[in-house]
Amino acid sequence: MINNKILKNYGGALLALSVLVVLFSILSPYFFNVDNLLTILSQVSIIAIMAFGMTYVLMLGQTDLSVGAIAALSSLVLGVMLNLKVPTLLAILIAILSGLGAGLINGILGIKLNAPGFIITVATVGIFRGLVYTITDSKPVVIEDTFILALGNSKLFNLIPYTVIVMLVLMHLAQIVLAKTRFGRNAKMMGGNKVAAEYVGINTKSIYLKVFMISGIMAAISGILLASRLYSSQPNIAQGYELDAIASAVLGGTSLSGGYGSVIGTLLGSIVMGVINNGMNLIRLPYYYQQIVKGIIILIAVYLDIKNKKSILSKGGK
Amino acid sequence: MSITLKMKNIRKQFPGVIALDGVNIELLKGSVLALLGENGAGKSTLMKILAGVCPQDEGVIEIFGKEVKIDNVNVAKTNGISIIFQELSLSDNLTIAENIYANKEPTKYGLIDDKKLNEECKNYLVSLGIEMDPKILVSNLSIAQKQLVEIAKGLVTNPKIIIMDEPTSALSNKETELLFNIINKLKNEGKSIIYISHRMEELFKIADFVTVLRDGKYINTVKISDTSVDELISMMVGRDMLEIYPKRDFNYQDNDVVLELKNLTKKDYYHNISLALKKGEILGMYGLMGSGRTEIVKGIFGILKKDSGEIFIENQKVEINSSKDAINCGIAFVTENRKEEGLVLTSSVAENISSVRIESIINKFGFLSYQKETNLANHYIKKLNIKTPNFEQIVNNLSGGNQQKVVLSKWFEIKPKILILDEPTRGIDVGAKFEIYKFINELSKSGVGIILISSELPEVLNMADKILVINDKKVITKLDADKTNQEEIMTYITNKKEVNL
Repeated sequence: MINNKILKNYGGALLALSVLVVLFSILSPYFFNVDNLLTILSQVSIIAIMAFGMTYVLMLGQTDLSVGAIAALSSLVLGVMLNLKVPTLLAILIAILSGLGAGLINGILGIKLNAPGFIITVATVGIFRGLVYTITDSKPVVIEDTFILALGNSKLFNLIPYTVIVMLVLMHLAQIVLAKTRFGRNAKMMGGNKVAAEYVGINTKSIYLKVFMISGIMAAISGILLASRLYSSQPNIAQGYELDAIASAVLGGTSLSGGYGSVIGTLLGSIVMGVINNGMNLIRLPYYYQQIVKGIIILIAVYLDIKNKKSILSKGGK
Repeated sequence: MSITLKMKNIRKQFPGVIALDGVNIELLKGSVLALLGENGAGKSTLMKILAGVCPQDEGVIEIFGKEVKIDNVNVAKTNGISIIFQELSLSDNLTIAENIYANKEPTKYGLIDDKKLNEECKNYLVSLGIEMDPKILVSNLSIAQKQLVEIAKGLVTNPKIIIMDEPTSALSNKETELLFNIINKLKNEGKSIIYISHRMEELFKIADFVTVLRDGKYINTVKISDTSVDELISMMVGRDMLEIYPKRDFNYQDNDVVLELKNLTKKDYYHNISLALKKGEILGMYGLMGSGRTEIVKGIFGILKKDSGEIFIENQKVEINSSKDAINCGIAFVTENRKEEGLVLTSSVAENISSVRIESIINKFGFLSYQKETNLANHYIKKLNIKTPNFEQIVNNLSGGNQQKVVLSKWFEIKPKILILDEPTRGIDVGAKFEIYKFINELSKSGVGIILISSELPEVLNMADKILVINDKKVITKLDADKTNQEEIMTYITNKKEVNL
C-alpha cells in the first residue's frame, strides 16, 4: 500500500535514480560504497535545502529566482556578524533572519505590485546580489568560528556529515508543514484554484508572504552551510543554484504550474542530480559533456513524471 | 412563517452600467425562492453582494430582522450564508474530503488528522445520500460528480441561507432527483434557499416563490402555484413570448448525404457508430452525461481518433487525423465547454471570431488587417445580435448567451458543410436561446448538416428532424422527432433495450 503510493508519486525520480546507480556502479568501482554515497548526500544537501523552500513556491504556481542571491546575502551577514564578535548562535539567527527579510521583501513586492514572483525575483536577485558586492567590496570574508566550520565539514561518529543531518531534519519539518498542517493544505488549495481558496476564507496574501519567507529562510540556511564549506563568505557564491533547485523539485514531481508538491520528492530529485554529477566525475567525463548529459537526463525524468501523472489523473476519470 | 432574509432597494453600479436598481428580495424560513431573469438581469451581482464579494452601493440587507453590512466573505459566512457556485470552485489537485473541509479540517496536535477527515466526510456524504469515496482526487470526477461535491461543500458549514446558482446544469435526471431530496430535507430543517435556474420545469417542482429580475430591475414576486411558464417568460423578457422554439419552414432532401459514418469505433469511447447526415438536416443526439455522445463527435472531429471504421463526406472517403483535417473537410465543432474549449476569454470579440479562419483577415501585404477584422466582427455582431459594447470588448465580460454567439460566429466563418453543436444552449437564457435556435434553423436552410447534442429533451424534440438515442457508448435507436416523445426516449435509455437499425 505504502510502497504503491511511493511508486505512484515518485516513480519517475526513483526509476531514474536506480538506473543511474546501477549504471555508475558498473562504470566505476569507486561509486557504490557508503563513503561515496554519503559524500553525494553531503554535496546535494545545500541545493536540496534550497529546493525544499522552492517546493513551496512552485506548489503555489510561483517561482523564486532570488534564492541563490539570498544564500550569498545570508552567508555574508553571517561572516560580518562573526567578525563583529557576535556569539555564534546569534550570528546564525541573524543570518537566517536576513533570508527571512529578503523573502518578506519578495512577498510584499509581489502582493503590492500584483505581479508574478518570477518577475519580482528577477528584479530582487540583482538588488540582493548587488548589495552583497557593495558591502564586501567584492572581497571574501574569512570565517574562523569552529562551530560553523564543523557544521559544514565534520561528521557525526566520523561517518554522517552534519550537513546531511541538517538536511534530513529540515526535510521532515518541511514535509510535515506541507502535508500535515492547515497552512500547507491551504497553500496546496491556493496553488490548485486560487479563487476557490479565497471563497472558503483562506487569506491568500498571507500564504503568499509566508511561502516566500520560507523560501528565504531555506536559502539562508543553505548560504550558511555553503559559507562553512568554503571557510568564508564570498559574494559570488551560489550563482545559478536557483535553477538547480527548481530542477530538483520538478524532478521530484512538483508541478511548475502549481497544485502539486512534495518535499520528499524534491530530496529524491536533488539526489538524482547529485548522483549524476558525482558519477560523471568518477568516470572522468569532461565537464562540457557532463552539462549535456545532465540536460538530457532532466528531460527524460520530466517526461516520465508527466506520463506518470497523466496515468494517475486519467484513472477512473471517464 | 418568519422572514430569514430581506433585501430592500438594493442598488449597485459598475463603471458604465447599473447592474442592480431598486431590487427587493424576501426569503421566508424553510422555503425555496427561485430567482429568475435572463443573463445580465443582475442575478449574479445580487449573489455576489450576498457573498460579500462586492457590497451594494445603496439599500439594506436584513437577516432575521437585523440589519447587516456584508462587506467581506467572512461576514457572509458568520451570518450563515453559503453560496454554491455554477462555475466549479473546487481545487482539482485535492481530494473530495480536502475540498469539502477546506480550511476547517479536523486537527490533532496542530496537524491535520486525515483519518478523521475522511471518516467525517464519508459520514457526511452518506447523510446527504451521495455515494462517493472521499479520498478520490477531484480531477478524477465527472462534471456531474464535481457539481455534487460542490453542493456538499456549500452545505458543510450548516448554513441558514443557501444560494444555488444553476446547480443542475451539469446533472442528469437521477442526480437532480438527489439534489431535490437534499433541498426538501433542508427546507424541513428550516433552512432557506435561493435557487437560480433557467430550467422552468425544475422551478415548478422545487420552488415556493419566484422573483423575476430584468435588466437589473425588480419586476415581481409570485407564488409558484399561482403562475405559469408563459407568464414567467413574459415577465423575464418583457414581452409575450409565444414560442420557445422558432418554427422551421424547410424540408431537407433525403438523398443528399453530407456526412456518413460506418462502424466508427474507438475502444472504451464509442462502439460501432453508423449514421448518415443529410444536407440541411438537424440530427439530434440524446444521451445522459457519460453516455459517449460527446466522444462520438470528438471522434468525427479527429480529437478522439477512431480505431476503426470509415468516414465519408459527400460520398468521398476521408481520413480525419486532427482537428485541422476536420476543419479542412468543412466540419465545425461548437464544444460543450465554451469557456475551456471554445473561447479565448482574455481576447476580444473580434479576435475570437477571426481565430478559426485567420487567413480571411490577411491583407495583400500578408499582414493582419485591422479593418477586415473589424468588418468581420461587426458583421456577426449584427447578424447574431451579440450584445457587446463594441468588437474590442474582452469576451470574458460578455454574458453566457453572447459568448456562445461569438463561438457560433467563429465557426460559421469557415462556411461549414457540417456543424456539430454540443450542448449549444447550456446555461443560456430564453431570449438568447431563441436567437441561437433561429440561427441554427437558418444554417440548416442554407444546406448545412447539423448534429445537435443536448441533454435537454425538449430541445432535441423541438429542434431536430431525427434523434439518435445514445447509451453505453452505442447508438441505441434512431427516432423521428415528430413521432416520438420524452417518455419513449427515456424508456430506451432506462431499459437499455437495443434495437436493430
